[in-house]
Amino acid sequence: MAVFTRPRQAFVIAGVIGLALSATACGTGDDKKSSKAGSAECAAYDKYEGHDGKKVSIYASIRDAEADLLRDSWKTFEDCTGIEIDYEGNAEFEAQLPVRVDGGNAPDLAFVPQPGLVKRFADASKLKSLGADTKTMAEQNLPADWLKYGTVNGTLYGVPLGANVKSFVWYSPKLFKEKGWTVPTSWDDMIKLSDTIAATGVKPWCAGIESGDATGWPATDWIEDVILRTQGPEVYDQWTTHAIPFNDPRIVDAVNRAGTILKNEKYMNGGFGGVKSIGTTAFGEAGLPVTTGKCAMHRQASFYANQFPEGTKVAEDGDAFAFYFPAIDTAKGKPVLGAGEFVVGFTDRPEVQAVQTYLASAEYVNSRAKLGNWVTANNKLDIANVASPIDKLSVQILQDKTGVFRFDGSDLMPAAVGAGTFWKGMVEWINGKDTASVLQGIESSWK
Amino acid sequence: MEFDFAEEQPKFLMLMYGLIAFVAVVGGLLLLLDVVPAWFARRREAQLVAASVSGAPLPRRRKQGEGLFALFFLLPTVLLLTVGLVVPAIRTTLLSLMDGSSTNWVGLRNYSWMFSEGSIVRVLINTLIWVVLVPLVATGFGLIYAVLVDKARFEAVAKSLIFLPMAISFVGASIIWKFVYAYRGEGDQIGLLNQIVVSLGGEPKQWLLESPLNTLLLIVIMIWIQAGFAMVVLSAAIKAIPGDIVEAARLDGVSPWQMFWRITMPSIRPALIVVGVTLTIATLKVFDIVRTSTNGNYDTSVIASEMYNQAFRYGQNGQGSALAVFLFILVIPVVIYQIRNLRQQREG
Amino acid sequence: MTTATPTVAAGAQKTDGTPTTTAGRVRKRLNSRTATLVSIVIAVVWTIPTFGLLISSLRPEDEIKTTGWWTAFTNPQFTLENYEQVLFGRSASSGQLAGSFINSLAITIPSVLFPLAFACLAAYALAWINFRGRDWVYIAIFALQIVPLQMALVPLLKFFSTGVTLGGVTLMPAWDLVDEQKFAQVWFAHTCFALPFAVFLLHNFISQLPGDLMEAARVDGATHPKIFRTIVLPLITPALAAFGIFQFLWVWNDLLVALIFAGGGDETAPLTVKLAEMAGTRGNEWQRLTAGAFVSIVVPLIVFLSLQRFFVRGLLAGSVKG
Repeated sequence: MAVFTRPRQAFVIAGVIGLALSATACGTGDDKKSSKAGSAECAAYDKYEGHDGKKVSIYASIRDAEADLLRDSWKTFEDCTGIEIDYEGNAEFEAQLPVRVDGGNAPDLAFVPQPGLVKRFADASKLKSLGADTKTMAEQNLPADWLKYGTVNGTLYGVPLGANVKSFVWYSPKLFKEKGWTVPTSWDDMIKLSDTIAATGVKPWCAGIESGDATGWPATDWIEDVILRTQGPEVYDQWTTHAIPFNDPRIVDAVNRAGTILKNEKYMNGGFGGVKSIGTTAFGEAGLPVTTGKCAMHRQASFYANQFPEGTKVAEDGDAFAFYFPAIDTAKGKPVLGAGEFVVGFTDRPEVQAVQTYLASAEYVNSRAKLGNWVTANNKLDIANVASPIDKLSVQILQDKTGVFRFDGSDLMPAAVGAGTFWKGMVEWINGKDTASVLQGIESSWK
Repeated sequence: MEFDFAEEQPKFLMLMYGLIAFVAVVGGLLLLLDVVPAWFARRREAQLVAASVSGAPLPRRRKQGEGLFALFFLLPTVLLLTVGLVVPAIRTTLLSLMDGSSTNWVGLRNYSWMFSEGSIVRVLINTLIWVVLVPLVATGFGLIYAVLVDKARFEAVAKSLIFLPMAISFVGASIIWKFVYAYRGEGDQIGLLNQIVVSLGGEPKQWLLESPLNTLLLIVIMIWIQAGFAMVVLSAAIKAIPGDIVEAARLDGVSPWQMFWRITMPSIRPALIVVGVTLTIATLKVFDIVRTSTNGNYDTSVIASEMYNQAFRYGQNGQGSALAVFLFILVIPVVIYQIRNLRQQREG
Repeated sequence: MTTATPTVAAGAQKTDGTPTTTAGRVRKRLNSRTATLVSIVIAVVWTIPTFGLLISSLRPEDEIKTTGWWTAFTNPQFTLENYEQVLFGRSASSGQLAGSFINSLAITIPSVLFPLAFACLAAYALAWINFRGRDWVYIAIFALQIVPLQMALVPLLKFFSTGVTLGGVTLMPAWDLVDEQKFAQVWFAHTCFALPFAVFLLHNFISQLPGDLMEAARVDGATHPKIFRTIVLPLITPALAAFGIFQFLWVWNDLLVALIFAGGGDETAPLTVKLAEMAGTRGNEWQRLTAGAFVSIVVPLIVFLSLQRFFVRGLLAGSVKG
């Protein structure tokens, strides 16, 4: 150890000197922060007071422009309470978070988009259950449908934060108007419309499931939406919890139904080629032919709005907009497939709990919504604060009491299936493998 | 965002501490090694003097001095390797005998999973293709290029161009090759390869979909990156061949072909081994290329990418570790080859 | 192959003492012409993919995503927007590239120097100091190259975050580093991961040095540290430069180690981390990476070009035993 301690000592000394220097350097900066507390603007944050100068680290997969919006959204909170939020977003979030947690270097809070991952951490007793204040706030503000997905074995661990609606079909209102097509409100209408369009020589649908190391996920959304529509929410729940086999005949049926569009050479793949081109088309580019008239419909979540090039008008009368992916059997309700992230805590220091509570509050969701490009299931969200038409539509759908909400199934399953064999299976399915053997393969991987 | 130099100051300070620590550790170690033996030498001298005065038998020269030197020379490396690689390797081996969440012992179940799963067998075959082709082609190409370009007028530029891919990160490389293999069923092609095919009158193909062609195309990326390494090392080795040997051979009227086989090849054998072994190991561990291009879909997966997926993305620590242990086993032939080399070297 | 056969024949003639014929000379010149031509063609082909990226990085986003880069020649539309976004972008994550540039330097320099020095010492000991079991130590270090660094992340992170305790005795406390101090963790990790290859590479060169040189020095009474400093180090400079370059490239382009041990905060995140973030939450802004790749390539290229002269002098200065 003789040689070894040398650099360590140097580091420790270096660290001490460094800290001393930075402390003097920042001395003037700190005064600004607490000065705002007590002002009228800060009245709403009184209940989070008492943690001045504390730091809370947050780790998530949201990055770049959206991460900037996040940072802006809690700026006032930071200024008023003096809590400093250290946000870090990363593309490899799902793989890195377990490494950090196992390595004893967990963040205070994480925004986890997969209930399956929340369960994994909860089962390994890595997560702290919500504090009393946070729990009350969450139960007041969030629908039970959503809280259920943040709950593991009866204990609430995750507070739902952002949300997105997946049951959308993107189309071009301009093109529809020009050609005299109407937005379909039932599955049969949609198929009829598809045939009409196909007869004009245009491929009515486009899709793309290439997404780097997450290739395949857009197809799983397709399948889930159809299962929810043909079999109803109960069968869907049994399927996602593995109460029925992955290749249950009803599921095989639903997948085949999805195949009548996805694997139909007459319908696919507008702007890119045949069915097989779905596998190599990047999901971000897959729906762009909608605006150029090479494809009429593209089923993708609300966040696809960000994929259109700058200058595209995303509105009911614009270049692109989305309609609700119609129900097949109206007797089974109006199913809505969606997803979102959950705020989970790996520590429960008071300031961490304060931030977690704040993220579930009316102040936060409205502050974030005002910045645009964001939707939540939080019922304290004032729809007047939501600017973009597609986000407005999403909020309406999420807040619609007649809707039956279900979370993205692949996020509920164990990662080895939901982010592994299910994705890969869909790639093979698109590439020509038959439904039965694909589902059989996924079933056998689920232990 | 303006660039604020004051904000960057602590970083420079930290870098400075790092450099100071470096000088302190390395300098200190060398100093220690200089001072201590000198002290021993003086003591031994004193003993010798004392012995010659008293007429007692001379103390035997102790052999352990050498061992002590070796210990100090090796100490930093051995300590760091123990912490950084030996402990993790042992841990990985233990984890491979446990279940996905590393709580229960499951014996060899992860290994039987590895060989019963049909897709994993495919992975093993792919790894084999990689590990045969990459070192062979990259080394061969590097060697031929090093010979071709030797003493040419534009040598420095040409070598830099071949070396260029090594300076590109995997993120950059994956985008570069996206522009080569991309496919469009209709309209303009954005992938170079398909554009060439189309302009020659062919039909565009989805290159990454067709097994086993896709594995070969991914291997091309690896070769593209690594050939620069082979070329640089081998070119340097060729330049190190003493001029008089080459001159003597030339005076004997040896043809370039004979020169290559009789003079160049034997002289650069050590460098060839370095390149071959390095590329073999690098290829066994490669995972970024496969992960970013196909994520192992369409029968392109290799052991390392499957290991990463199992251990980090699927939360299957046991299965991931078992694959890692299998990598350890695969490297044994290379290790044996290295032992043989070492023996030959010691004898020769 | 076809050109080689007649040359061998010509060479065989020459060994008989026949003076070089004019035809032979022409053929030789032709061969070197062909060699030159072939090597130029290869260099160009090798660079085309990168060149395509360069062109793409100068094109507008929708052009990149809908047409091939070669159409830029027939329909030139160039913009510096990608570079602007990458270097001075509106987003906090892309605006601070200058800062992360410094982070990259602060991470890379010590991460090259430490393994270089330690491996050099170790390689010397393994090659020229006689002690029992040295071959086994060498083989063990060599074999460690295969340990995938992904498998080392968690234990090493634990080592930093909890320290080392053996039988209730704290051998090393937790490091508890914050902000830029985390660089120390990254240096440590990179040094660990680089050592097996570094020892392997340097051992190859050091063990090839002429034994007579060492023997003569020993006879003169030089100790191992003295031989190491005055004889070995100057002789292996090219090899040091070689490993230096490879390690520099590796550390500079590394994403995983930096992510785990430095984190993605502005205080510590290197270029690679920032660039990866820049692709947007759903990876759809990847056109920015075209420009980003070129920004990050500049430094390694300068390093390679400035160290290249060492290679020309010969990497294996003593490869033939004297």
